[in-house]
Amino acid sequence: EVDLEERLCELDLRSDSDIPEVPPPTDSTPEILKRALSGLSARWKNWWIRGIVSLAMISGFFLIIYLGSFMLMLLVLSIQVKCYHEIITIGYRVYHSYDLPWFRSLSWYFLLCVNYFFYGETVADYFATFVQRREQLQFLIRYHRFISFVLYLTGFCMFVLSLVKKHYRLQFYMFAWTHVTLLITVTQSHLVIQNLFEGMIWFLVPISSVICNDITAYIFGFFFGRTPLIKLSPKKTWEGFIGGFFSTVVFGFIFSYFLAHHQYFVCPVEYNSETNRFVTECEPPELFQMKKYSVPPLLQAVLGWETVNMYPFQMHSFALSTFASLIGPFGGFFASGFKRAFKIKDFADTIPGHGGIMDRFDCQYLMATFVHVYITSFIRGPNPSKLLKQLLILQPEQQLSVYKTLKSHLIEKGILQPSLRG
Amino acid sequence: LQESESENKLDGETASDSESKSEFGGSSPVPTSDDTPEVLNRALSNLSSRWKNWWVRGILTLAMITFFFIIIYLGPMVLMTIVMCVQIKCFHEIITIGYNVYHSYDLPWFRTLSWYFLLCVNYFFYGETVTDYFFTLVQREEPLRILSKYHRFISFALYLTGFCMFVLSLVKKHYRLQFYMFGWTHVTLLIVVTQSHLIIHNLFEGMIWFIVPISCVICNDIMAYMFGFFFGRTPLIKLSPKKTWEGFIGGFFSTVLFGLLLSYVMSGYRCFTCPVEFNNDTNSFTVDCEPSELFQLQEYNIPVVLQSVVGWKTVRMYPFQIHSIALSTFASLIGPFGGFFASGFKRAFKIKDFANTIPGHGGIMDRFDCQYLMATFVNVYIASFIRGPNPSKLIQQFLTLRPDQQLHIFNTLKAHLVDRGVLGSLEEA
Repeated sequence: EVDLEERLCELDLRSDSDIPEVPPPTDSTPEILKRALSGLSARWKNWWIRGIVSLAMISGFFLIIYLGSFMLMLLVLSIQVKCYHEIITIGYRVYHSYDLPWFRSLSWYFLLCVNYFFYGETVADYFATFVQRREQLQFLIRYHRFISFVLYLTGFCMFVLSLVKKHYRLQFYMFAWTHVTLLITVTQSHLVIQNLFEGMIWFLVPISSVICNDITAYIFGFFFGRTPLIKLSPKKTWEGFIGGFFSTVVFGFIFSYFLAHHQYFVCPVEYNSETNRFVTECEPPELFQMKKYSVPPLLQAVLGWETVNMYPFQMHSFALSTFASLIGPFGGFFASGFKRAFKIKDFADTIPGHGGIMDRFDCQYLMATFVHVYITSFIRGPNPSKLLKQLLILQPEQQLSVYKTLKSHLIEKGILQPSLRG
Repeated sequence: LQESESENKLDGETASDSESKSEFGGSSPVPTSDDTPEVLNRALSNLSSRWKNWWVRGILTLAMITFFFIIIYLGPMVLMTIVMCVQIKCFHEIITIGYNVYHSYDLPWFRTLSWYFLLCVNYFFYGETVTDYFFTLVQREEPLRILSKYHRFISFALYLTGFCMFVLSLVKKHYRLQFYMFGWTHVTLLIVVTQSHLIIHNLFEGMIWFIVPISCVICNDIMAYMFGFFFGRTPLIKLSPKKTWEGFIGGFFSTVLFGLLLSYVMSGYRCFTCPVEFNNDTNSFTVDCEPSELFQLQEYNIPVVLQSVVGWKTVRMYPFQIHSIALSTFASLIGPFGGFFASGFKRAFKIKDFANTIPGHGGIMDRFDCQYLMATFVNVYIASFIRGPNPSKLIQQFLTLRPDQQLHIFNTLKAHLVDRGVLGSLEEA
C-alpha cells in the first residue's frame, strides 16, 4: 500500500510539467448577461463581460467612497478575508489536504489572531478618546500584546498537538502556507487602512493609479503591442508598459488635482467620540494648498506657461504613479508565476470574466506597502495618536518629567509662549 | 520535447528512489558524519558505545555552558555578536534542509537571493534597534542621521529589489520549486531573525533578562532528561517518544526552583540588572545605574500554607524572583512545544538532526529550538508588565513631529495631568 505521504512527496519533487492540472473553474457569469450577449461571438462576448463587470466594480467603488470611511474599512476587511480564503483554498487543492484534522479551524483561528493583533495596534490608536472612557477596553489595550501573544500561542500549541503521524509533512506545509498568506494579505490590508486614516486621497490615488495602469497598459498593448515584455506573462508588451506608464502619470496628476480641492478627501480621518462618527474636517495641510511653481525652461516651450498653480501633493502623486506603473506590475508577475507554478488559471471564480478577488488585487499589495512607507518617510513622522497613547500609559512621575522636557522644548522653539505667573 | 520528457522522468525516478530508501536517511543525500574530535574519540575508545555517547554529550554540554559564561563575562557587545552568529547559522541550517528536500541546489540565483533577504531583514531590524539605543550617536553623524531618518524607505527599497530579482529569475520548468524555496526562506526569516532581535532587545533591558530565560530553558532540558532517565514511565506525546510525564513535571519543579535561586544570586549585581546603555563619550557600553525597584530586597509574607513547611513567617526576596517564577513556568510548560514542533518538523522531512555541527547534539537549531518561543515571551512580558514605553524614545519621536501636532499632544498631556491631580496648582512650575 502506497503511503499517502510518499506519493505526495514524489508529487512535490517532479518537475512542473508532470503535475496534473487543477480543474478549470466553473463559469459563474450570471444568466442575465449570458442571454443578453448570446448573439455575439465568443471573443467579443468575453470583452463585453469583462467591460461590464469592470464598470460595475468601479461604480461599486465610488459608491463605497461616498458612504464613508467606515464602510471603506469594512470593505478592505472583507476583501482581505476573501483573498485569504482564496489562497488557502488553493493550498488545500494543491496538497489534497481537505481531510487534515483541525486544519481549517486553525487557519481561520490564526487569521483572527493576527487581525486582532493588528487592529489593536493601529485602529485602537485612533479611538483613544473612546477607549479612555471604558475600563474593560483600557485593560485590553494595555495588555494588548500579551493577550495577542497568548492567543497565538494557543493556536501554535493546538497545531503541535494536532500533528498526526502520517501527515506531518502536509501539516507543516499548510502551516507555512497559512503563515505566508497571513503575512501577505493581513499586513498589507492593515497598511491600506492606515493609509486611509491619513486621508482618503492616500487611499484613492494609489488604488486608482494601479487600476488605470492595468487598463491603459491593456489598451496600449491591444492597439500597439508588439514586443513581449516578460516570459511569465506573454500577453504583456513593452508598448503597453510604457504607454501605461505615461498615461498613469498624467491620470495621477489630474485625479489628484480634483481630489485635493475637497476637505473630505484630504483631511485625516478622525473619530469624534461625541457624535460617535468619523469626521474628516480640518485645515487643509500645506500639501493641499495651491502653490506657484516655475515651469522648467524645457517644458516652457512645450506648454507656453511660465508658472503653474499646483498642489504640492501632485508632486507626490508623480512618485506614486511611477511606482504603480513600474514596480506594481511585478506583483502581477509574481501572481502569474504563482498561478503557473500551481497550474491554476485564476485564483478563484468569484468575479465573472476576471477570476477571483486576488486576481484583481495582486498588483495592489506592493502599492499599499509602498504608500505606507512613503508616508512615514517623507510626509509625516511617527503617528501622533500612537505617541499620545504611549504617553498616557506611563507612570505619573515619568509623565511629569516628560511634560517638563516637552514644555521647555516648546518654549525654546517659540511654539509655546512662556506663561506669566499671575 | 522528447529530451525534456526523459529528463523529467529521470528526475522523477531519482526522487522516488531516494524517498523509498531508508527511513531516516531518505532525503539527505549524505549520511551525517561523525564530527567528534579525534581527541575525544581516542580518550573514550574503550568504553561501550552507549556510555561513549553519554560522555560525549556530557562533555560537550559542559563545554557549551562554560563558553556561555565566558561570553557573558566579555560583555554585551560580544553577546550581540554571538546572537548574530547563532542566527546566521540557524538560518543556514534550515535553508540547507530546504535545498535537500527539494533537490534545489541548481535553482538559478536562489542561494544568492536567500542570503540577500537575510541581509535585508537584518538591516531593517538592526536599523530600528540602533536608532533607538544609539540615538545621540546617530544624531551626531550626518550619514547615519540620513540613514536613520529614511531607514524604512531604504529597507523597503532593498527588499523590493530582492523581490523583483526573484520574479525575474523565475524559470519555466522550476516555478513550483522556486515558489517553495521563496516561501521557505520567508518563513525561516520570520522565525529566526525576528526572534534573535527580540533576544537582543531583552539583552538591552538588562543582562538578567537574557541570562535567566536561557538558563531556565537549558535547565528544564537537562532536568527533564534526568527525571525521565531515572523515573520515566508514562509517555508524554507521540511526537517525541522519549519524553515522559515524570520528566515533564520533575523538570517543571526543578526549573522553578533553579530560576528562583539564579535570580537571587544575579539580582545582587549591577552588571546584570542595569539596562545596557551606550556611552557617547567613551563610545562603549556601560551597565551602571541605580537598581530599579525590581531588584531591591523586600519583605514578603509567606502564605499560611507554606509557613508550616518552611518554618519562616516572612522572607526577603527580590520582586524579580516573582517574575522569574513566571519565566520558569513558561520555559517548562510551553517551551517544550517549541521542541515538539522541531521534532515534528524533523519527522516530516525525515531528518535525524538539523545538521551535525555539535558532536552528540546535532545542529545549532537542535539546541535552540526551545529558546525561540521563550525569547518572544520574555519580550512581550517585559513590554506588558515590567516597563511601559521608553520615555526617552517617546521624547525623540515627539521632537520629529510638526509644531501643531506637538502643541496638540502637549495640551492633551497637560489636561490629562491636571485631571489626575498630578499637575495641580503647580501648573506653571
